[in-house]
This record gives sequence, C-alpha cells and structure tokens, in this order.
Amino acid sequence: MKLLSQRLLGPLTLVSLALTVWMGLVVTPPDRTQGDLARLVYVHPAIAWVALYLSFGTATVASILYLWRRTRSLVADQVAHCAMEVSLVFIVLTLITGSIWGRPTWGVWWAWDARLTSSAILGVLAVGYLALRRANDDPTLRARRSAVFAVLSAINVPIIHFSVLWWKTLHQGATVFTANRSLKIHGSMAWTLLLSFVAFTLLFVWLLRARYRLEEQRTVSQTSSLSVALEQRRREGAH
Amino acid sequence: MIRTALLVAGKDLRIERRSRVLLWQVVPFGVIALVLCGLALGPVGVSRATAGPGLFYLVTLLVTLLMITRSHAIERTAGTRSSVATLGLDPAGVFLGKALALAIELWITGLVLLAGSVLLLHTSLHGTVKALPSIIVTLGALAAVGTIYGALTAGDSGAGTLLPVLALPAFAPLLIAGERSFRAALNGGGVWEWWLIVTVALVAYLSAGILLYGVLEES
Repeated sequence: MKLLSQRLLGPLTLVSLALTVWMGLVVTPPDRTQGDLARLVYVHPAIAWVALYLSFGTATVASILYLWRRTRSLVADQVAHCAMEVSLVFIVLTLITGSIWGRPTWGVWWAWDARLTSSAILGVLAVGYLALRRANDDPTLRARRSAVFAVLSAINVPIIHFSVLWWKTLHQGATVFTANRSLKIHGSMAWTLLLSFVAFTLLFVWLLRARYRLEEQRTVSQTSSLSVALEQRRREGAH
Repeated sequence: MIRTALLVAGKDLRIERRSRVLLWQVVPFGVIALVLCGLALGPVGVSRATAGPGLFYLVTLLVTLLMITRSHAIERTAGTRSSVATLGLDPAGVFLGKALALAIELWITGLVLLAGSVLLLHTSLHGTVKALPSIIVTLGALAAVGTIYGALTAGDSGAGTLLPVLALPAFAPLLIAGERSFRAALNGGGVWEWWLIVTVALVAYLSAGILLYGVLEES
C-alpha cells in the first residue's frame, strides 16, 4: 500500500496539474470584468495555500515537536528544514504571480499593501531560517535554534491571513471562505479553483517527500564519508 | 525569577557603566546616523519634520542591533557561560534581566535621539512628549525581541551579519506601530490604538522569551 501510494504520488500530481492547466485555460470562460487575467485565480491562491499554510505550517508543527522533549528527534528537525525550503520557493512564486496580476490591475508591480508586505516579510524570515541553519555546524544547537526561530516566525502567518480584514488593503478579500459563507465564484470556475488546490497540495507532498529523501541520503553520505576518512587516518597511523 | 532578573540586569548595567561603550560608541553612532538622515532628506525643513518619527525609529533599530550584539558578547567572555550554568539561574529570569538591561539602555539612547530629532529634524516638542508613553513601550518591546534574537545568533559564525537578517523582519511590525503612534501624537490624533498594539506585542514577546529562552541556553 505504502509502495503503491509512493509510486502513484508523482503521476497523480502531474495529471492533476495538467488537468488544472487544461480546465483553467480551455474549459473555464474569461471573467466578465477582468477577462483572461482572472485565470491567475487557478494558480495564485493555491500557491499561497501551499506557501503559507501547508509548508510553513508543517515547518512550525515539526519545530514544536522538536522543542517538546517527549517528541524531540532529528527527524522532526529535518522535516522542518525541508518544509521551510519548499515554503520559500512557494512564497517567491506567490509574490511573482501576485505581481503579474497586480501590474495590469493596479498599474504597479509592487504596492505597499499589508498582505503583500507581510508576505514578503515571511519570505525574508524563511531566508533567515535557512541562513541560521548554515551558520551552525553542531546539529543539536542548529536544530534547537532553528526550531525556536520557526515558531517565532509563525506569528506572521495569522497576520498575513487577517491583513485583508484588519487593514484597508488593495488585495482582495476572501473568495471562498467569506465572512457570511457565500461563495463569490461558481460553476466550472469554482471546480477548477478546487482542483488547483488539490493539485498543488499533491505537489507539496511530492516535493517535501523528495526533499526529505535527499536530506536522508545527504546525512548517510556525510556519516559514511566521515567513517572512510577515519579509517584512512587509522591505516596511515598503523604504517 | 524576578530576583534573577534584577541580578542579571544589574550585572549587565554595571558592565556597561564601567566600559562606557553606550556613552562613547552607541549614542554617538545614533546621533551621526540621525544627522546623516537629515542630510539625505535635503534642505527642506518640512519634509524632515514629517519624516521625523520614521527616521527616529529607523535609527533606533540600527542602534538596537549594536546593543544586542554587545549584550550577548558580554556572555561570551571566557568562563561566563559555564559560571551561569553552574549557578543554576532560572533561564526565564536571565532573559527578563537581559531584556530589562537592554530596555534601560535603549530608553537612555532613545532620549538622546528624541532630543536630536527635535533639534535637528524640527520634530514638535509637544508632540514628542505626548508620544513618550508609546515610545517607552515600543523600545521595551524592541528590547524583548532583541534579547531573544541575540540569543539565537550568539556564538554563531557570522553572528554580526546574521542578526540583522533575523531580527529586522521581527522589528518591522514594531517599527510600523511605533511610527504611526508617534505621527498620531504629532498630528494631534489618537495614539491609544497603536499603543495597545505595541503593548500586546511586548507581552507576546516577553511570554515567548520566558518560555523559549531556556531552550536556547541549554548546553
């Protein structure tokens, strides 16, 4: 079952992404006011969902698990590290797709809007997390410090989420999870939006799994190369 | 915890009083930065007065970075860490003490920078006095955040360059709230809304520090 899910994950992700592209570009009609530009709605919110909630959320939960003595393990630290890398990629993609939509709509590539600025700050925090990891050679110290930093940085996520409600922003409010629970998107457009969320969630799982396997192999390689070096030194000493 | 906090704060402040790094290095750096900000804005007095609150907080952030590095460098001298570990001091108390010492140093530097802001940038004296409560709380919050981030980078390779990367994004909300509050005081608006936000941030960061400082100091 496990092997089957591992083998199916990649093709399933590619098929769902291809379906999203086909439905987003061919099946759905252009928007009445925004025209073809509205098709970005099948990409941008799903990417932001992965960046903010799935990846950053996984990194935060894994960091909390590391900080809690009962669940402390280097696996939690490695998962947090891998999730944060995936998060950084998707935060950058969120900002890029947002800018592509912002230029024709607002007339600028970048606006000092609360949602945009707080998202950019989250990106800087993710870079900071990775920089902090590189600054430490001791695995335990590195894991402990990065876990604390990830937990502190997670304060930004609810700020980003509620920024459109707390401040007067250029960025539009919620389309699906509105305050009065009424959908602002219908028909094939709503289904494509839903499919895009499924596709990008699968992509996140796929990427995280691949990145984690790479991290495992790197650790094994480091350990074995250290053993080889020690063995060589021993032989040199014997001669 | 409070006793440890007072003990650590007293120790840090005594070291500062004897070394006079604050007086001869940090405060002059802040004043020079403020003068340079005034020069960068050009000769129009009105723009300087308008930009006054923002520039005050910008310079304060730079000064805070210097102070955090200094505050944690004290703990890195030979034997200090092992002595603290042997004494079995409460980590929460150590955090509160270091944050308190940093806050007192920031308040002193802040007063000098505010005077500089009134004299050099022509910020209104009446508005500045009205903004004082919010400035005191904002600088306290900066000290709490700074103490946590200082401990995160202490002893790392390239800690001097890493600290700004980690701490400045965390300072950003405080910069925004502090600047808005200061500006509101200058323009005769309500300062309490922003003051409340900064107070919530102060309490949140103090709680985070009390909970997490022990993890950072584990050996």
